[in-house]
Amino acid sequence: MQRRTTLSRPMSLAFISPAFLLVALFLIYPFFSIFSMSFTNQALTGAAARNPQYVGLDNYANLFDVDTWMTRGEFGSSLWITTQFVFGSALIGQAGLGMLIALLFFRRRDLVRHVVYTLAIVAWITPDVVIGFAWFAFLDPTQGTLNNILSIFGVPAQDWLLQYPLLSVIVFNTWRGTAFSMLLFTSALNSISPSYLETSQVIGASRWQQFRDILFPMLQTTIATDLILITLWTFNTFTPYLLTGGGPSYQTELMSIYTYRIGLQRFEFGRGSAVAVTVMLINLLLASIYLFISRTRKTR
Amino acid sequence: MASINLTQLRRHFGAVKAVDDISLAVDDGQFVALLGPSGCGKTTTLRMIAGLELPDAGTIQIGAKQVTALPPRDRDIAMVFQDYALYPHMTVAENVGYPLKVRGTASSEIRQRVQDVAKQLQIGHLLERRPAQLSGGQQQRVALARAVIHKAQVTLYDEPLSNLDTKLRLEARAFLKHLQREVGVTSIYVTHDQAEAMALADVIVVMNEGKILQVGSPKSIFQTPQNTFVAGFIGSPPMNLLECTIDGSVLRFTDGSRLPWQHALPTTARGTVTFGIRPEHVTIRPIDEPGTLPATLYVTQMLGGESLVVTHVGEQLVSVRLFTDEVPELPTRIGLAFDPARVFFYGADGNRLT
Amino acid sequence: MKSGWLLRVLTNALGVLLALFFLLPLLWFVFAPFNERATLSVRIPEAFSLHNFEVVLNNDTAIRSLVQNSLLISGGVMILTALIATLAAYGFSRGSLPGRSIITYVLLLFSSVVTGTASLVPIFVLIYNIGMFNTYQGVILTLVGGMLPTSIFIMRDFIDSLPRSYEEAAMVSGASSLQIVRDIVFPTLRPGVLVVAVLAFVNGWGAFLTPLILIRNAAMRPAAIAFYQFYSDEGTPNIPLISAYAVLYTLPVLILYLIINARYGFRFFGGIKQ
Repeated sequence: MQRRTTLSRPMSLAFISPAFLLVALFLIYPFFSIFSMSFTNQALTGAAARNPQYVGLDNYANLFDVDTWMTRGEFGSSLWITTQFVFGSALIGQAGLGMLIALLFFRRRDLVRHVVYTLAIVAWITPDVVIGFAWFAFLDPTQGTLNNILSIFGVPAQDWLLQYPLLSVIVFNTWRGTAFSMLLFTSALNSISPSYLETSQVIGASRWQQFRDILFPMLQTTIATDLILITLWTFNTFTPYLLTGGGPSYQTELMSIYTYRIGLQRFEFGRGSAVAVTVMLINLLLASIYLFISRTRKTR
Repeated sequence: MASINLTQLRRHFGAVKAVDDISLAVDDGQFVALLGPSGCGKTTTLRMIAGLELPDAGTIQIGAKQVTALPPRDRDIAMVFQDYALYPHMTVAENVGYPLKVRGTASSEIRQRVQDVAKQLQIGHLLERRPAQLSGGQQQRVALARAVIHKAQVTLYDEPLSNLDTKLRLEARAFLKHLQREVGVTSIYVTHDQAEAMALADVIVVMNEGKILQVGSPKSIFQTPQNTFVAGFIGSPPMNLLECTIDGSVLRFTDGSRLPWQHALPTTARGTVTFGIRPEHVTIRPIDEPGTLPATLYVTQMLGGESLVVTHVGEQLVSVRLFTDEVPELPTRIGLAFDPARVFFYGADGNRLT
Repeated sequence: MKSGWLLRVLTNALGVLLALFFLLPLLWFVFAPFNERATLSVRIPEAFSLHNFEVVLNNDTAIRSLVQNSLLISGGVMILTALIATLAAYGFSRGSLPGRSIITYVLLLFSSVVTGTASLVPIFVLIYNIGMFNTYQGVILTLVGGMLPTSIFIMRDFIDSLPRSYEEAAMVSGASSLQIVRDIVFPTLRPGVLVVAVLAFVNGWGAFLTPLILIRNAAMRPAAIAFYQFYSDEGTPNIPLISAYAVLYTLPVLILYLIINARYGFRFFGGIKQ
């Protein structure tokens, strides 16, 4: 016998089943179906659509072909671009800037803080396409706000998306996503009991010593959590496509955009699945680390 | 109103024997306190009587009716929860009237009875507020009102005063006793506070580790604790319990000191026993007075109308309660004298020797 | 203290720089929608005008995408996600199922792995094969499937935080299961349901990639895609249209976020939990 609950076991199963059905269909099935699809030459049209052939590891061999894979527009090149993008915009950009803002306004409730937080949040929640256009206008070589401002300081106009495409999307994505890290770090900092810092102040620790010896150790798991989550999200983000379309000449073609081009524009499902499998395995690795960290934190 | 009978009631959570084959008879109109430390099984017992938890074995009878497996609503009971469980989205009046509403009572009658109960519990001015706008003491009264409104046969209390601060708790305790005298319904009251149980209950049931250790009136539980657990749990401070060895007509304590014992010993007492005496039945004597136990003064505490002197006998502490508001000047070494009529002996199994 | 004064000036200067960094790319949207002759530059309009909004109202594609398609998709996503996630979370939290926390963890794991364009490759094939290509249902179900694990997690967390004694008190008071759900469970769940519903609506409203891939019929595409095509397809972008459309399209999301944030704070923003 059991604790009496409002829900009997058959009832709770009935409550869960719609969710289970949708999750099975749209998360679990896709995960396993791409594995089998990645060993075929399936496509949307043509002979391969009606009668897909088993091609073994051909798709993977193709992706990892050392002679061509670092060519622009190929898998390895895209992976390298994505790595730089994640490193620059997530790890340095969002996490670094988020931490800077959280520390800068630690225990402050003034107008400057309010303005910075509100703007960062607006940048984060405004729909993708609007942000894409906002930056398109901002970076416009002739009329864009950025060049207009720089011209005041005598800097000549640049075509940012043509001359510095990867740097542009890195700054773009930093701007877009910093709010999450900022809010996460802020709430973690606020949850630290003031007495820890007060004790260290009484002892006579400098600001730097307070950060290094008190705040940083207490923020470690939050930082790890943040880094993994934003890595995962940045690795999969498609938003830069709205600014550059992956160009010029594939210079901003992130893994997500590459997958889109192969699997969903050219409809090479077999090869697209092989890319998707690789991406998902990388995701799985990142997510496992995240869950591992959050579980150990819980048991601590 | 109804009597309650628990027979061989059992509830295990995995390896934890939360309630281990207990039997208990509660008379019609009695107020019974289930008393014990946390994890002793008192709350689980209460929840089984309520029907919120189902027993692994045993039966529960309320009045003439077997209710062991019945859902709570078929048991005609009321319950006050530790966190009060006042619905945050309802006003006080709606909260109090809810048990009538679910029974399909006419809304005009609900309104009337809510008014009556609110008056009785002195919460009439709060009826239109929400629980979040009430103080802890007010919330507690609203929870009480909801429990008495539908005149159930049995009222169950799950540590209803434990979320109040000390002053409010004493007030609420007096109020509850007063209410109980007016309403007179059969009640089971779970608490870990022995003073609360003593003050409120007709009968106290002391529980530990899923077992009932002693059942009796507050007076009998206090005056003749049947085992070392009850002796050490009841009273503030509780009974002094000292290990000693019986050597003819001498008690030898662990520090080697000897106490000649001219008085009668329980017939079964031999070897190592536990010597029990309440702090109020110990007196302080000069160290060299014959028939006393030598002790070392540890600390004295002034407690208002009385004082507590804590002494060492070897490694063991002995408290002495003095009914004086003057802390006496005492030498370091003193003798302790015991009122022989108030001394209990407990055997190796913890049970009282007679 | 002299160094304290200097520090304050420096931190405030840094704060202002950060505010500018976040503000500048958005500044255009403050002025252009109200400027009849707006260009890509930020210019304070000579005369305040609502002409650009008229342009939007006269553009059938813009209006249909926004009022019909986007509303249908986000509304569907909102209702289904809130309903299904609440049922499931309640089942997990109050039911007596073994291994419930493992299940939610596995769900979360899957939702973070099967994400982005990678997941849309197999989902496209699936939707195509079951005949839901070019339908609202296909887009709605796909978005709901992706939202569910997080929503269930938030909801379960919320329900776990509600004392069981609410339901127990109602049981003891004599309420039937139906009465408990109607009088106690549903009203106490409302704030949590609201958060999940808004989150789902906002997600459906902003969704770009999923409808782009699953809907080819131009008449059925939501505002996100219409807006993207306004600035990417034609030779010279129609600036008056784009500027006002951006405002109309963004405003609902901003307002919802601000309301919910004022009431529930970061719990809502995070969407994830420790």
